[in-house]
Amino acid sequence: MLITKSFASRISRFAVATACVLAVPLVALDGQPGLHDPSTVIVENGKYYVYATGNGLPMSISDDGWTWRRAGGVMQAVPGGKPGADVIARGGNNTWAPDVIRVGDQYFLYYAAPGTQPKAAIGLLVGKTLDPNSPDYKWENAGPVVWSDGVEDSNAIDPGVFRDPTNGTLWLTYGSYFGYIRLVELNPKTGKRLYPDRKPVNVAINSEASIMIFRDGWYYLLVTHGSCCAGANSSYNIRMGRAKKVTGPFLDNMGIDMLQGGGKLFLGSGDRSVGPGHFGLLDLGDGVQKFSCHYEADLDRGGISVLDIRPLLWRDGWPVAGENFKAGTYEIESARTGTALELAVQGVPVGGLRGRGGRGGGPPPAPGAAPPPPPPPIPAQEASQVSANWPSASAGVRMSPYMLQAQQKWTITPVADAGGYPGSPFFKITIAGTERALAATGERELVVLPSFTNAPEQLWRIDQLADGTYRVMPKVVPTSKEPLALSAVGSSMPTLAKFSPETDRQRWNLRMP
Amino acid sequence: MELEDAVTVPMNISYRTIVPLVFAAVLCLAGSAFSQPPAARAEGPAAPRPPAPSLTRPASPAKPTGADGFIQRWLLLEPIRVPGQLTEAAVRTAVEKDFPVTATPLPHDGDTLKVGDGELKWHAVDTTNYNVNLYHYAYALNKPTTNVLFWAVTVVNAPREMSGVRLAIGSNAASVWWVNGTEATALYNDRQAVIDDGVSKRLTLKQGANVIRAAIVNAGGATDFCARFLDENDQPIKTLTATLIER
Repeated sequence: MLITKSFASRISRFAVATACVLAVPLVALDGQPGLHDPSTVIVENGKYYVYATGNGLPMSISDDGWTWRRAGGVMQAVPGGKPGADVIARGGNNTWAPDVIRVGDQYFLYYAAPGTQPKAAIGLLVGKTLDPNSPDYKWENAGPVVWSDGVEDSNAIDPGVFRDPTNGTLWLTYGSYFGYIRLVELNPKTGKRLYPDRKPVNVAINSEASIMIFRDGWYYLLVTHGSCCAGANSSYNIRMGRAKKVTGPFLDNMGIDMLQGGGKLFLGSGDRSVGPGHFGLLDLGDGVQKFSCHYEADLDRGGISVLDIRPLLWRDGWPVAGENFKAGTYEIESARTGTALELAVQGVPVGGLRGRGGRGGGPPPAPGAAPPPPPPPIPAQEASQVSANWPSASAGVRMSPYMLQAQQKWTITPVADAGGYPGSPFFKITIAGTERALAATGERELVVLPSFTNAPEQLWRIDQLADGTYRVMPKVVPTSKEPLALSAVGSSMPTLAKFSPETDRQRWNLRMP
Repeated sequence: MELEDAVTVPMNISYRTIVPLVFAAVLCLAGSAFSQPPAARAEGPAAPRPPAPSLTRPASPAKPTGADGFIQRWLLLEPIRVPGQLTEAAVRTAVEKDFPVTATPLPHDGDTLKVGDGELKWHAVDTTNYNVNLYHYAYALNKPTTNVLFWAVTVVNAPREMSGVRLAIGSNAASVWWVNGTEATALYNDRQAVIDDGVSKRLTLKQGANVIRAAIVNAGGATDFCARFLDENDQPIKTLTATLIER
């Protein structure tokens, strides 16, 4: 087992840190996320699957996208327990960097079988299900798809498979570290090359871990630059270019062709993670997109390589790496109305009540006199200062213009051992400085309870959306089978409603006060 | 500044236009502070103030909700003087001071109600706008507009039972609202009347008559309110009608 620290112990450590700072970084995933060169994360029947480099192609499974467990290797379900002889003959005995896609009722799993660089092959496995417990679970060797002969300027590793949403065509990019990233078209029925006699198209150079995505008329080619496999000394970073045609040319933000080394930075090292690589798109629908990658070194886990899942944002026609939500104290502001979620109690102005009038500045000093010193700063308002008259029982929730008052500030804290969703654990949302917890009701409305009890309707999922706003959803809405999201139905009324990506009703800005 | 805004004539009507119109109306109206359809107008002494420009006397049995779903027919009680404080506690005190809200019999146009040492009268109005301009209303009656509480009542008729709907209101300033005797929503503190500012939790409108009551508390300056119902998809319900309470 690669991971030795439990999430609970990390939460405890962060809880201590929270006492000192408003926001703390959240570690990447929970359970056993250790892996290298992950495939695209794929969902089947509510379970999440990812495959990685290693003997037998290691497989990891998660029930919620947050807590992961190692689940053996793909090759255990392949006749012979290893790549087909035809694949090994074209490449080698290793099994690296797989990618997976569902096409119709089949899964195509591509993997690299490298020999001595640059001799390598991309093998194909075909299966009906990803679930090892299914009676239908098995992978059939479908042979090599592409290969490099050990002389040419490409190294056939790191497959990335892409289904073009505009016409259903299927494509494979692969390579290379050595030479070119190449593109071939695949047969959606077989997963093999559609035109095996055609020369592959070069689309980028001096990179690896390529994959394409599409949005708003643009094809984006994401690759990993730098070098891997040296822990915190790895220089991996994810870069990208875009093209109007699937075959390129892929240009970066400065117009430099990726065939000439161009590539706009998508994600480099940051926080406590070094060397991100191997981008994969996880589209959850309703406009919620995530991406997966691995870090060469997670410093919070002793520098091992781990999987992460993060929000995928879009800005000015380019994907942007979002960050999973961080614990802290926030204003929760409706993108629809600009008003802020608050406990429904009478607010007290910060600094205390004062009469109307006095529009700033005070009276001018007498001629020749020195101006009076400015009044002292007004400290931030704490709940303990103003909560004497707050109801001790449950209270309502509403929205009002944000005025920095205590009933408008919410502390959002990850909850240990309560599960999660792709990239994050569930959170509790409490009035700052209190245990008063936001909860969903059976009437699809909201209430603030006197204290947090770990009940599922008090747990919240917070997904960052493509525009940087957030979708906030209770884990459970009593009496409701469908997932609902925090919604602004008017300027001052929060409620729960089905998420609609077309409006701002369920979009929230979470701002540090 | 707020008071000046409140007496400003609507932008699309000039003083040159409105003055002769108001004068003619004053000559025509029989003591009503609200415009009347021509057939209903009667001769009488001139009112001390011009009629409210945005309010008319109801001239039909029922007033359908408008294109945006706003309720445009109301019974309004003449304003009650209150301290004009707008905090939640102060508004609650003002609202509960004079009579129990939902235990009070439904009023009719022309009814009077004893409040404190005086009697106040209920007036039926239709508004020509999405909102009910209480400043117009009180000013035309030569009643105070500052530090006052207005009661408003209407009957909304639903063609069928409607569940999962919401009362959506805006008010200048604070207000408390009841639907069929149950408090539905409230707004506090000094504020402008913004459409759908206050929205109730999901509720059910009965088929037929549903009584809506509101108390609007104003401190100074402009004062008005607007109200409509939203369906399960937050879209305005346009199939309702508002009526007066029948004797």
